[in-house]
Amino acid sequence: MNFDVLQEYGPRMLAGLVVTLELVSIAIVLGALLAVPIALGRMSRNKLLSRLAFAYVYAVRGTPLLAQTFLVYYGAGQFRPELQAAGLWWLFKDAFFCCVLTFTLNTAAYQAEIYRGAILAVPRGQSEAAMSLGLTPRSIFRMVVAPQAMLLALRPLGNEIILMIKGSSVAAIVTVFDLMGVTRLAYSRTFDFQVYLWAAVLYLVMVEIIRRVWDHLEHRLTRHIRHA
Amino acid sequence: MDLIRLLSFGPDGWGDELAAGTWLTIRLAVATLPFGLLLGLLVALAKRSHIRALRVVGNAYTTVFRGLPELLTIFIVYFGGQILLQRIVEFVSPGSSVEVSGFVSGMIALGVVFSAYSSEVFLGAFRGISRGQWEASRSLGLRPLATMRLVILPQLVRLALPGLANLWLILLKDTSLVSVIAIDDLLRVTGIAVRVTKQPFFFFGIACLLYLVMSMISSIGITAIERRLGRGHGRTA
Repeated sequence: MNFDVLQEYGPRMLAGLVVTLELVSIAIVLGALLAVPIALGRMSRNKLLSRLAFAYVYAVRGTPLLAQTFLVYYGAGQFRPELQAAGLWWLFKDAFFCCVLTFTLNTAAYQAEIYRGAILAVPRGQSEAAMSLGLTPRSIFRMVVAPQAMLLALRPLGNEIILMIKGSSVAAIVTVFDLMGVTRLAYSRTFDFQVYLWAAVLYLVMVEIIRRVWDHLEHRLTRHIRHA
Repeated sequence: MDLIRLLSFGPDGWGDELAAGTWLTIRLAVATLPFGLLLGLLVALAKRSHIRALRVVGNAYTTVFRGLPELLTIFIVYFGGQILLQRIVEFVSPGSSVEVSGFVSGMIALGVVFSAYSSEVFLGAFRGISRGQWEASRSLGLRPLATMRLVILPQLVRLALPGLANLWLILLKDTSLVSVIAIDDLLRVTGIAVRVTKQPFFFFGIACLLYLVMSMISSIGITAIERRLGRGHGRTA
């Protein structure tokens, strides 16, 4: 252990960890809000709507997150006069904002597929039974299908959060000082390889905590349908 | 149109550079695949082993490399490998130095990540093969290695294919991360084009499109392979 480097960069790495957590949590929450209409669009009977939603999901899932981040962060520079005219340039020149925007758009596509899969996996009999009880389509979705779908979506959603934590490290390449960014900075100044290993430990701890919390959550939320 | 001219092949267009970058991206992904598959199969076998130590190592390997950001794994392999090799070289012949190739580091890093995920896919596929297959092979007098090669692996490939196909698509996208170490893949070449032409949105858009086309072609190929391997299993899909 190199204690000088630890003393100098340890606290900054923890600050970077906080930036990573901010980035991921904002993107996951905003992405979820965006994912619901996309998932519903995908399942819509309106051909145009469902094709648009499909195209969006396909395009996002078929391209690397890093390329998407470059497209937004550097690409915005090409529209600087227009963005300035619209009063939005201060947002797009900020790397953190561009990452939040990209990650939100990215996770929205993945989450849309998760929610769609979960909604389709709820047995048909559930909505048929609700219909025979005279519930309106709206309340069938809200009170019967959605709660069951949320349970099914729980596990893949946990995986998506983990993928987002890992994926968020590309923010470091567009100058955001998240955990990865601080680590790169520390390495370029000290050439001490240890910093990468500390970063590895911090990422592993984050992922492991999410995994444990999710196991616990699933265990608790499914206790009414577990046998003995 | 000026933008279209930027994509032409030749000295004033970026078409040939982008094509070379795309070709390198494809080569990197294709070179990583066999390495990642073999390592993944070995890790899966370790996790199924009767020897406790092997199981522990296999599980730890999976946990670590599935938990680390791919980017961090690439840096660790690239810089760590550099340091390690340097020490070995200095030990053997003091005074000389060594340079690690970006391509090889990228391949190892991506292969390690791929193997961590594929070992889980293989593990699931192993569970899909009934005990009877092993027992029948044994009663026919096949040695363990022959059983593996002639009976288990052919079935394993079919069962693992959907999961592996998914991992291939992820691998194709992850190659873009290697552009941060010294290797002229599609994304890095695009970055160079952007610096020269000052058309970031256009060029990164083209890069995204090229990745999308690679994914599409892969999907078509995967469907064809699945159909072929699924012959005689009553699955037309």
